[in-house]
Amino acid sequence: MQNLLRRIGSRVLAWLQGLGRASVMWVLAMSWVPRWSEWHLLIRQVYSIGVLSLAIISLSAFAIGSVIALQFYTQLTRFGAEDAVGAGLALVLLRELGPVVTGLLFAGRAGSAITAEIGLMKTTEQLSIMEMMGVDPLRRIVAPRLWGGVISMPLLTAVFNVVAIYGGYVVGVQWLGADPGGFWSGMQDAVEVWQDIGKGMIKAGVFAVVVTWIAVFQGYDCEPTAEGMGLATTRTVVSASVLILAIDFFLSLVMYGEFR
Amino acid sequence: MRMRTIEISVGGFVLAGILAVLFLIIQVSGVNPSSGADETYRVTARFDDVAGLRPRAKVSMAGVTLGRVRNIRVDTTYGEAIVELEIDGKPGNLTADTSAKILTEGILGARYIGLLPGADEEPLQDGGEIMETQGAIVLENLIGQFLTSLGKDKE
Repeated sequence: MQNLLRRIGSRVLAWLQGLGRASVMWVLAMSWVPRWSEWHLLIRQVYSIGVLSLAIISLSAFAIGSVIALQFYTQLTRFGAEDAVGAGLALVLLRELGPVVTGLLFAGRAGSAITAEIGLMKTTEQLSIMEMMGVDPLRRIVAPRLWGGVISMPLLTAVFNVVAIYGGYVVGVQWLGADPGGFWSGMQDAVEVWQDIGKGMIKAGVFAVVVTWIAVFQGYDCEPTAEGMGLATTRTVVSASVLILAIDFFLSLVMYGEFR
Repeated sequence: MRMRTIEISVGGFVLAGILAVLFLIIQVSGVNPSSGADETYRVTARFDDVAGLRPRAKVSMAGVTLGRVRNIRVDTTYGEAIVELEIDGKPGNLTADTSAKILTEGILGARYIGLLPGADEEPLQDGGEIMETQGAIVLENLIGQFLTSLGKDKE
């Protein structure tokens, strides 16, 4: 019994210690402002985190947008309310699915890559070598990745939403034959700039911070073995995905709680 | 890959993201900087029931949008809703005895206000009030009336 309590206690303490280290790392890294000679570090990260994710983001967005339009259309057409397809599609995407699905894909595509990269650097002791050379790995490695993620993710979400709405338009209007005028005007009546687009973008920013933070910390903190790296990568994807879903629920509750 | 290519593609990515946000704001939410008609004026109307009418709902005449609902308040003394309408154009494009009706687009559609011109030669002034109104048709009330009238027939 005592043993069990002791083990639980040490687990909790270890977890708290990790959280503390992660917080310090995050604050130190986010307070980094690149000098002119360091901009290329940030650009390179935006490239590998953002630009290279564009293909998977657009592909999934098109697929998701078109299936949502398909389902909405077949159900709504029974009530003769095909005009609501555009409104439903846009609201679902802007408020929930856009940020969440982009976040999940982002965790799988970019988060795992960040963890593996930093983990490998740690395993092969590149990080220690940098410290010995007087280069701060927090500035050189961690900060550009955090910032790159925070810059890329909202842009990716916006691209996701646009492509998904286009996918919905292709299926709903051009294929199934909903009225294009009703599609767009219904959407424009339902969507509000701050309420729907702005709050969706805030969600995307929050998810970006969560995913990149977890990814970088897991890589930085992983056990310097092949097994530890694998474990850290898995942990990044799993905990980032779970956290995105949990945080999304609470954000929605706070943002859209009182129905207006 | 060369740094130049990377920088160009990052620039393209950021541009695409910004264009996407602009597209969302302009095309999806329908904020059109030029469509907010240059001149608008406000009138009020009292309804016995606005059930489901929301701010920003359309105000239309003959199916053509003529303005938007600005604000909805309630007058607790008389149990009436006071709806503030923003009408496009200069004061004077509506007659003083214009009537307003709350209508529904389709079966599941949004509520909107339909205006019907009167025959008065006096125009409706800025800040004026539409006197003749008909509130929303509430399904429960209709069914209630129908049932009571059925009961009366049998007696």
